[in-house]
Parts: sequence; C-alpha cells; structure tokens
Amino acid sequence: MALLAAPLLYKRSLARRKAAAVAEYGFTMTESAQAAGIRFNHKAPTLDPKLDHIMEQVASMGAAVSVVDFDRDGWDDLYITNSGEGTRNALYRNMHDGTFRDVASEVGLADLNSRETGVSMGAVWGDYDNDGYEDVLVYKWGKPELFHNDGGKHFTRVSELAGLPQWVNANTAVWFDYDNDGKLDLFLGGYYPEDVNLWKLKNTKMMPESFEYALNGGRKYLFHNLGNGKFEEVSEKMGISSRRWALAAVTADFRGTGYQDLFIANDYGVSELYLNEGGKHFREVGKESGIGAAPKSGMTASVGDILNRGQYGVFVSNISEEGILVQGNNMWMPKAGAGLQFENMANALGVELGGWSFGAQFGDLNNDGFLDLYEVNGNVSLDRNRSYWYDYSKVAGGNRAIISDAASWPPLKGRSLSGYQQKRVWINDGYGQFKEVSQLVGVKDRYDGRSIVLADLDNDGALDAVVANQRGPVLLYKNQVAAGSNWIEFQLKGRESNRSAIGAQVHLFWNGQQQLQQVSGGSGFCAQNQRRLHFGLGKVSAIEKAEIRWPSGRIQKMTGLKANQIYQVQEPL
Amino acid sequence: MSIKKFFSIENRYLPPIFITLILLAGNLSFGLLESFSRTTLAIATSMVFEVGLGLLIYRKMPNLASAYISGISVGILMRSPEFWPYALCSAIAITSKYAIRWRGRHLWNPSNLSISVMLLLVPEFVATLSVQWGNTIWPMLIVWVLGALIVYRVKRLHITATYVISFVVLSLLRSAFTGDSFLAEVAPITGPMYQLFIFFMITDPKTTVKPRWAQCLVAFLVAAAEMVLRLAENIHAPYYALAIVGPIANVIEIALTTKVKMKPVVKTELAAA
Repeated sequence: MALLAAPLLYKRSLARRKAAAVAEYGFTMTESAQAAGIRFNHKAPTLDPKLDHIMEQVASMGAAVSVVDFDRDGWDDLYITNSGEGTRNALYRNMHDGTFRDVASEVGLADLNSRETGVSMGAVWGDYDNDGYEDVLVYKWGKPELFHNDGGKHFTRVSELAGLPQWVNANTAVWFDYDNDGKLDLFLGGYYPEDVNLWKLKNTKMMPESFEYALNGGRKYLFHNLGNGKFEEVSEKMGISSRRWALAAVTADFRGTGYQDLFIANDYGVSELYLNEGGKHFREVGKESGIGAAPKSGMTASVGDILNRGQYGVFVSNISEEGILVQGNNMWMPKAGAGLQFENMANALGVELGGWSFGAQFGDLNNDGFLDLYEVNGNVSLDRNRSYWYDYSKVAGGNRAIISDAASWPPLKGRSLSGYQQKRVWINDGYGQFKEVSQLVGVKDRYDGRSIVLADLDNDGALDAVVANQRGPVLLYKNQVAAGSNWIEFQLKGRESNRSAIGAQVHLFWNGQQQLQQVSGGSGFCAQNQRRLHFGLGKVSAIEKAEIRWPSGRIQKMTGLKANQIYQVQEPL
Repeated sequence: MSIKKFFSIENRYLPPIFITLILLAGNLSFGLLESFSRTTLAIATSMVFEVGLGLLIYRKMPNLASAYISGISVGILMRSPEFWPYALCSAIAITSKYAIRWRGRHLWNPSNLSISVMLLLVPEFVATLSVQWGNTIWPMLIVWVLGALIVYRVKRLHITATYVISFVVLSLLRSAFTGDSFLAEVAPITGPMYQLFIFFMITDPKTTVKPRWAQCLVAFLVAAAEMVLRLAENIHAPYYALAIVGPIANVIEIALTTKVKMKPVVKTELAAA
C-alpha cells in the first residue's frame, strides 16, 4: 500500500511545491514539450576524423531555436535547427490549442544539413523584402541559406540571388536596419575561419590561438540590403573587420541616436561594441567603453532595461567552473553621466556565476514589472564521474603553437567538460538584486543547454521558455503566472520603417515606473525571441502611456492603454 | 634613473619592482586583471597585516617588500569574482609567516600556502590564473628573459633552471605514461602562472633551504611531486607540490642545522635538586 501510495504522495508534494513557488515568486514552469507535440532531439555533426579525439568538444554547438509567426495567424511558431549530417530542422506550427506540428518538410525548411553544404547552427527571421511575411536566414558551419517566405505557405531558397558567400562557419547573425532606409540589413559573424571546412581539414591548426586573446577566428559580414532581393557585403567599408571568434551578436540603440549599434560577444577574447555613426560607418569602442577590457569567453549577448531606468544593459555569459576557471558572467550597465561607459555589475546584481554558460534571455517571467533572466548552460555531458578539465586546462594555458593545433589537445575519452549543470532562472527583485530560483519554479533539467527563447506561445500574457539542447531534446517550459499580475504586449508593424519593426523601441510608463524594450532581430545565443514586446505590470492595471520610437525616427504616443491586452500597432505615416 | 643605477638597487627590491612591471604591462596590454581594485585590495591587506603583526609581535616596523610581493602575487595568481577572497588570501599569507614558525623560521612560502588553502577550502569562489597573456610569444619571452636576469642577480637562477629542466624532462615521462602529446604536457609551463611560480615562489629566500645543492634538489623534488599530482589530474599541482615539499625540506634543514639552546630554568632546577 505504501509503495502504491508513494507516487500519489509525490505528486501531491509536487503540486504543493508548485503552489508555493507561485505564491513566493509569482510563477512556476512546467516542462511540457512532449505533451505539446514537440519531439525533437538534436544530433551533433561528425566532423573530420582528425578531430575524432575531441569530437564532442569541437562539435558542441548547433542546437538552436528561434520564434516566428511565419504564417501571420497571430500565434508564434518555433524553428529549431539540427546539426547531424542528414538530420532535419523543424518548423513547429502553433496549432492554437497548446500543441505544435512540424511543417518544415512541407514548407521547404527541413533538409539543410549535409557534409557538402554544412550543418545548421541557428536561424534568424526578418522580412527583408517588406512583403509582410518573415523570411529566414539559416546560418551554418557551411553555406548560409536565405529563404524567402512565400505568403506563409512555402519558402524559396534565394541565397545566390542575395549574394551570400559560399562558406561561413557562423554562430551568430542578426537582422537590423543599420542605415534606417526601411530595408533590413544583415550581420553574420564567423567563428572558425571561413577557409576551414570542418569535414575536410587541410591540417589540424584550426583551433583558437589563445584562450582569451585569439584573433584567428572567422571574418564578419555586413550585408547591406539593396532592395531587389540582393545584398552588398560592406563590412570592411563600414569599419567591421574583426577576426575574433564571434558567438553572439545583438543590436540596440545604446546612445539614443536613432541608429542601431552592434554588440558582439566573442569566445576566446573581449567583446566588441561597434557604434553606428549615422548609418555611414561603425566605430569599435570596446576598450574605451569598458566592455572590451577583460577577455573572457563570451557566449551570449542579451539586452535589457533591468533597472527600469530607460537604459539598456547587456548580459554576456562566460565560463565559471568551481576552483578551475572563474571568469564570471558580465552584466554591462551604463554608467551615469559618463558618455557611453559601461561597468560590469554581474557580481553586485547576483548573476555572475552560471557555470559553463551559453544562451540567456531577459523577460518578465512573473509579470512583476521587472525583467528576469533565464540562462542555460553545460558544455559536454558524457561520463558523469570523469572530467576533461585537467587536460583542457593544460592546453588552454599553453602557447599559441600548442593551443591552436587540435593534434596537441589530449583526447576526450568520454569524459565530461562542465556537464550536467543546473540552469539559472534569476528573478529580478526590482531593487538591484537577482535571486536564482530555477529548482524552485520547476526548471530542473541538466541537458547541455545552448539556445533559449522566451515567447508567449499561447497568448495568455505569460512568457514561456523553449530551450534547444546540444545532443538532447528541445524543452518547452510552460509558464503559469500568479493571478492578479498584469501585463501588456505590443505587436509592431513598420511601414516607412522595416516591416518587421526591428529596432523599434517601446518606452512604457506606468505607476511611476518606466521600462524600455526594443524589437530585436536576434539575441542570446543562436536565438531569437518573439517579435512581440511583453511588459509585466505587477498588480497595477493603470498605464500612463507608451512612447514608440520607430526606426524611421517617427515618435508615436499611446495613451488610454488597458492591461492584459495585445496591441497591434502599425507605424503611422 | 640610469640602467647602472637601477641595477644597483638593493637586491630585495628587484623582485617587487619586476613583478610590478609585469602587472602593469600585462594589464595595460592584455587586461589580465579583472580589476585593479581586487589586486589593490590584496596588496593593501598584505601590508596592513604585515605592519600590524610586525608591530604587535616584534615591536618594530617591518620591511614591506615581502608583503608587497605576497599581495601582488595573490592579486595576479588568484581569480575570483568576489572581493573578500583577495583580502582573506593575503591575510592568511602574512599571518602564516608569523604564526607558523619553527626555530625562528617560517616554513611555507606565504602566497603559495594561502592560495593552496583557498583552493582547498573555497573552490567555488576562487580559481587561479590559467591562460596566456596575449596570443604571441613575445610577452612570454620578455618575462622569461627579464625574470632570468633578476633571479641571476639575486643568485637564484640555479633553482629556476633546475625546476624548468625537471619539468620538461618529466613532461616527456608523463607523455609516455598518459599517451598525450609532449606538447600538451609541457604546455602549462609556457603560461604566465608558471612564470610567476618559477621566478618568485620557488626562489623565495625566506622559505628555501640554504645550500645550493639542496636548493636544486628541492626544486627537482617539487617538480617530481608535481608530476605525481599531475598524473592524478590535479589542476593545481604546482601550488600543492610546493606547499608539500617546501616545508618538509625546511623542517629537515632546521632540524639538522639548528642547535637547541637549553633553557636556564633547567640548570636552576638541576642545581636545586
């Protein structure tokens, strides 16, 4: 009887704990991918046999997720990349009843992974031709592919017409209209150099030349949208010539100029900040702004107004391993009255230690009016009891001739490298402190998390989380927010500005508070959140006003807004 | 200051000057420190403890060169996102010089002991410097050449040379044991952590044995102990090896060379009897 009763007691205890989490933190999350029809397992590629001894360490990226309403039905869908040769990507259409159906094969977005053309690393969505439907760039360790969305029914490959390069080992891309001409441009960031084919290595000297000072990574591309389906590569001309190992990029108007600046988080080195000088040139100011001083292993870049001051901070995740390497994450906050200067407040805010961190996103998970932070982590989870860290640290500290040659790296032999790590869900208390509550609110997986997105998948005003795990399943954490916490969402549509409204900002004022958010063309690690902007309001339902600044420069003021509504806003002409 | 005048500086001030130059050059060129404030805290704590304990115990103002080296070593070699480990580590380093003594000598290199203690007790908060400074060989060569000149000047080059040769030879041996490439085994010594270790820690005059041959023997034994720890995949092998071998060697030397003075009270007691 006791044995039979045990599961029931366990369930009851679980329900009690969930209720307690809702009461204490204002929300709880329940993993429900299977129930929602999302059955996706990521497979890693099998690269050149010369890398066999460290294959899992090299082939450690490629699980990615992005959010898009590709068929314009008002419900967000999910695009998920795979990386094994011959595996298929998935486009999960939202069926409006809490379930999803993979339609990637039907619409022509599934079969993208092969030795010949490379394998997917991630995808970003943007309506580059302003026809009202979101198009997609799939970036790969291989040939980047651009697909035109044909009315939400099918996708046509247009990579050649667009003028994309033959091979880029890319791990980041963002859509943004850097010159505010109303057409989306594209940044694409290389990780390994573009002349390296990871399936056919000429030699094994393709690893970073230093653990924190590497300058031998892939080149960067900036594609200017010419408006006829073609793009012109202008990175050199515009001042972007870095060969650091880019893993994440995000754009934001950090100075209120009306132009989007570009922030790049680099692995094996410092981050970079490119200031946009009127859409005519970019100037790299990493060192003078403070973000480029101390080199670390940047994995993600996410922007958020976490102190409700109408200013963006940037979160960059790094590596921390107890007793071995304590880089600590960076939470770059703008200094008051000092031009564009940032200081790292991760320690003071309580978001510094996140393990071997990868993707992270800001979002108000409990609708209390403050942005929270969800970070995934874990690098290589193999044998739980044997660690590769000792051997890894030997070469990581070695001279360029040693670290840059994969042949010098000791074999992994089935050992883990910062595996099976606990995820981080940091709740913002609104007073400058974040509290880690992952276990308490139901986030308990230990997969090797890579890409995370936040999206209100069922249009109920609560941000759900979708996590893509390397060599693991996609997880869907449904968010249940405590009753009485209010919210408001804005779905923006540009007219003179780009149709996706990427770069548009909503500055919301309520109950003596303010918060600034922007429509993003990609953020986090190999990820893109929902296009819609979601604001939590706490217990307050009265909203003073919203000010929308469109990329065209037009300012739109909205009053008389009601809480718990999704507003569809079109740019006025 | 002319070069001639510089090199006429008292020997004990050369290491602190050199290590300061490394710190400044490394941070200005490569941003090797998370922040100057943490290193400053480590140095300040070292000096405050040195002054406080020196006045308290010996009632005289101590020379601060040694405390400065301990503080700056902690500030460079230890990595932590928190501030308190820098203060605590420096405090342990200096206190150990006064608290752990035998027959008038302290046994452990202060910063070696304190970093080892921190790594053992609070690994969740601290790590050690483990990466290169820059991506070229030049910073490494400059530090090696200047470091060698300094230890030559203070008559300690034989210790550094013995350790380096032992490490390289033992790397060959480890490579044969583990099957990993020789380059992977020898890689750590090309990093800046080892540069500080071989020029400042294992050569510390106060905590090394006196005869030249014994200094070489101890340097070899530190490398040998490190090899054993490395075969056990201990990431902090050099720190622990020095923390184990150094005091044992000192204790043996003290025991063999120091005459114990009989206490007068014994004579009195005998006379009374």
